Amino acid sequence: MNDLNPREIYWRKNKALIRNLLIVWAVVSLGMSILFVQPLNSFNLGRVPFGFWMAQQGVIYVFVVLIFIYAIQMDKLDRKYGNGSGKKPD
Amino acid sequence: MSVEAWTTVLVILSFIVYIYIGWRSRVSDTKGFFVAEQGVPAVANGAATAADWMSAASFISMAGLISFLGYDGSIYLIGWTGGYVLLALLLAPYLRKFGKYTVPDFVGDRYYSNVARSVAVVAAIFVSMTYVAGQMRGVGIVFSRFLQVDVSTGVVIGMVIVAFFAILGGMKGITWTQVAQYCVLIVAYLIPAFAISMLLTGIFVPQLGFTFGDIVEKLNAVQVDLGFAEYSQPFANKSMLDVLFITIALMVGTAGLPHVIVRFYTVPNVRAARYSAGWALLFIAILYTTAPAIASFARYNLIDSLHNKTVAEVQQLDWATKWENTGLLQFEDKNGDGRFQLTPEEASNEIIVDRDIIVLANPEVAQLAPWVVALVAAGGLAAALSTASGLLLVISSSIAHDVYYRMVNPHASEAKRLMVGRVMVGFAIAIAGYFGINPPGFVAQVVAFAFGLAAASFFPVIILGIFDKRTNKEGAIAGMITGLAFTIFYIVGVKFAGMPTWFFNVSAEGIGTVGMILNFVVTLVVSRLTPPPPADIQALVEELRDPTHHVPIALTDIGEEQLD
Repeated sequence: MNDLNPREIYWRKNKALIRNLLIVWAVVSLGMSILFVQPLNSFNLGRVPFGFWMAQQGVIYVFVVLIFIYAIQMDKLDRKYGNGSGKKPD
Repeated sequence: MSVEAWTTVLVILSFIVYIYIGWRSRVSDTKGFFVAEQGVPAVANGAATAADWMSAASFISMAGLISFLGYDGSIYLIGWTGGYVLLALLLAPYLRKFGKYTVPDFVGDRYYSNVARSVAVVAAIFVSMTYVAGQMRGVGIVFSRFLQVDVSTGVVIGMVIVAFFAILGGMKGITWTQVAQYCVLIVAYLIPAFAISMLLTGIFVPQLGFTFGDIVEKLNAVQVDLGFAEYSQPFANKSMLDVLFITIALMVGTAGLPHVIVRFYTVPNVRAARYSAGWALLFIAILYTTAPAIASFARYNLIDSLHNKTVAEVQQLDWATKWENTGLLQFEDKNGDGRFQLTPEEASNEIIVDRDIIVLANPEVAQLAPWVVALVAAGGLAAALSTASGLLLVISSSIAHDVYYRMVNPHASEAKRLMVGRVMVGFAIAIAGYFGINPPGFVAQVVAFAFGLAAASFFPVIILGIFDKRTNKEGAIAGMITGLAFTIFYIVGVKFAGMPTWFFNVSAEGIGTVGMILNFVVTLVVSRLTPPPPADIQALVEELRDPTHHVPIALTDIGEEQLD
């Protein structure tokens, strides 16, 4: 099992990508919008406190971007490892 | 033309469109009926998912809730959008690869067990039923408020419309009407929002008006004057821990709701499933970033036009009198000074505002044209009908596909299965309509159930079914039952039996998070203490992880005798 077949590399890279995106997901939603909202409210974005703005606007924009990053990055992985890996016998 | 005339015209027009689309998308086989022939393009599925997702609650109640909760209302904004990231990254692509018809299908096949399948069926039906009753009620209320029709008549009209396209077209009919319903509801939400933003902040786009206008600043000052917490101040109504737990429960619950998950079975391939989650959230975000703007504008407007005004001044406001008649807006000059004051204390507060009128009355408060008011009514109907139809299909497929075909009569012919599917949709509509006309008194309270139960049951077993090959049926069944039992116990105890919120003061809405964690722990531990899943199941998981095969996986051939 030491030499990995394309399917295993593909799966590892997929998991790493998911992990990284979910870290960003947790930092903006649970972190910046809830746990650290009070310190972030000490400065403004536009004319509203930044933490409050993140919780009611910013976090939603980041979510949308995260999903499209995942879809686009997975397209690249699909192209790189997709051919052939599906034909390997299990 | 009067508001009523405009509403009648717009509602009838939108219904004709839905019926026409339903007729055009009628289907003749189970693949069309349950998964829309797996031919829905990613963008269209995104719009359909958005309409499916955004219910009467999102459309009518959410901005109102936020306007009363201020920062703390963010739980709905973050919770009901953040779940789509989980769905897109962890669930949708693999469930699409799995390629079957329902969520219990996945649970039953992956855990090679009809016990697991049955637990999933019960959870799916319960979650969808609690949710759909509220939708039919929403239909009835919009009818009665804007068209002066009896609530029951309104519900029956709604039932007939849904029945037409759902029975004829199944998932295909529902999908394409949902696309049309998304267009109606988003236009209806945005037009008044743009107009009010322009009016209050001088900035046309509400999101920008909210950020760069001075309304939140002014509102903070006014709220403090009146003795309320600042609008943007966090944790004024709920503790930080409670906000955190509710948000997680709503996110995970969103990702685990069967009527959302099944939408991803309808796209052509894995790649389309990933993109369609992105489109869905983008379409949802348009409404969800407008809602907090409307919430703050409406709160400011309401205080500005009602607080400390004399009785005579308030009586001159046409909309105030009209909404007072519905009982959703109440005035009482308790201290007898001839003016109405808004205060945080119930004993001295003289203006009671129901949260539901924030969106519905907004165009009137801002004195917009009658056709805009009518548009909001049509939008509210679109939101309620689209969500109801998606839920009804889940109920139908749970019974017709999971129970009847997979467990009772596996040799049923295609025609017979389709017939059972259609009958079950009709049956589900009738039950939903009954609850819409005779709402159980606890409808508002059981909404916590839907998310809590979805979070505590489906989410962990689906994730582990994909990402952990070692998870077996013993683990999954034990995990689902533990998660469900704990969550039901806590919610029922707190909501109905007066039990204290003994778990660190976490409210019933947030307890699904704990149920989910329990489910994860129990599933992982029990799986490791019992034999690993059979080789063919491990091979199935391998297949799910590989997007290159676009053919459905052949697992249906395991004999029924191997299933317990």
